Amino acid sequence: MTTSVNRNSLWAYANPKKFLQTSERVLPFFWITSGLCLVVGLIWGFFFTPDDFRQGSTVKIIYLHVPSALMAINAWFMMLVASLIWIVRRHHVSALAARAAAPVGVAMTLIALVTGAIWGQPMWGTWWAWDPRLTSFLILFLFYLGYIALWEAIENPDTAADLTSVLCLVGSVFAILSRYAVNFWNQGLHQGASLSLDKEENVADVFWVPLLVCIAGFVLLFVALVLYRTGTEIRARRIKALLARERVGA
Amino acid sequence: MIALLSRDLKLAFRAGGGFGLGLAFFLIVTVLVPFSVGPQSSLLAVIAPGVLWLGALLACLLSLDRLLALDWEDGSLDLLATAPLPLEAVVTIKALAHWITTGLPLVLAAPVLGVLLNLPQAGFIWLVVSLLVGTPALSVIGTFGAALTVGLKRGGLLLSLLVLPLYVPTLIFGAEVARRGAIGMETSTPLLMLGGITAGVVALLPFASAAVLRVNLR
Repeated sequence: MTTSVNRNSLWAYANPKKFLQTSERVLPFFWITSGLCLVVGLIWGFFFTPDDFRQGSTVKIIYLHVPSALMAINAWFMMLVASLIWIVRRHHVSALAARAAAPVGVAMTLIALVTGAIWGQPMWGTWWAWDPRLTSFLILFLFYLGYIALWEAIENPDTAADLTSVLCLVGSVFAILSRYAVNFWNQGLHQGASLSLDKEENVADVFWVPLLVCIAGFVLLFVALVLYRTGTEIRARRIKALLARERVGA
Repeated sequence: MIALLSRDLKLAFRAGGGFGLGLAFFLIVTVLVPFSVGPQSSLLAVIAPGVLWLGALLACLLSLDRLLALDWEDGSLDLLATAPLPLEAVVTIKALAHWITTGLPLVLAAPVLGVLLNLPQAGFIWLVVSLLVGTPALSVIGTFGAALTVGLKRGGLLLSLLVLPLYVPTLIFGAEVARRGAIGMETSTPLLMLGGITAGVVALLPFASAAVLRVNLR
């Protein structure tokens, strides 16, 4: 074992200062590329793709619905990985990143639910059906709420980080369990996967390319938001420490 | 372990309140249902298994915030943590005591309340079986939630927000067993799933509860 952390190792970013420096350098890149991808993808998707022959123009909500649904799940997955890193290696940046990702994940889940309802109204004739996918997203939403509420409720930051990471681990297991339980409970209306790589039933190419651009935009936006919010959390904690030091000194 | 169990049981029985409260809540919820949906017995027969399961679940939830909070306040939780008994065993015993004082009475009371809701004849046995298999999971999951929120001043509402999503799989399979039993369908698949969830939860979740409790006692 060497005593100094290798500069190129991922763990170098566990140092808040190094994290802030690097994230500040790469953030403009993420903001600009995500903005570009979203503008290009959404305009392309909304105005330059043909209407579907059965669904008409309502199909175009797919450019918001699919990427946000994808990110809603991946945000939780990112929180799970960050929580594991916190439990194993106790890097504060990791815990703060998990905390920073949760509200973004809630927003993504809400976007997916709302756009799904708007899409479902003309297509299925109902805003809401207790379909497995819809139901499991609602449950995911509740998990996010509980996770955020626990972060907010606990004052000691280390205790909060520990408790929320265990909750995230247990919650992941139960979220997956619920996903399959719900499947058992009701057969669905929701269509199958539209983007799997190995199936025939993918969406047609004209929809597929702008959709990919939109997904890239959402991923980049998520990364940018999480980096930005993590930076904010780090600074907020520093201010708290400075204030505490001042109070003790005075 | 047995000493701890008998202490918890004695406290629950003698201090009163907590023991009967869950049962009374279960009774009231069940009585209120016909007022809200109407007294047609055919409708009540259809929704009876689900309502009874939901009522039992909420009654379980009601007593969770006192599961660890009292021991936390008077400091006996700190003593238990330093005792030779591993904390995993302590939380398991706590969950067992909670089940004996809350879950088991609910199981026994459920058929009586089933009469009130016009549960079909065939459904009684399956209702009892599903509750008997499912309520231990509710107690163990609830202990995890109680361990998470034990240090908080106003943890009660947060506890429900944390625990209720975790109850989803148990509720789905438990109510499904009762529903299928009531209309005379095959029940073995959901019953096996329910048993699997209970077994997995009882085996694994005490470790998470103990880990969380250690953090809170630090």
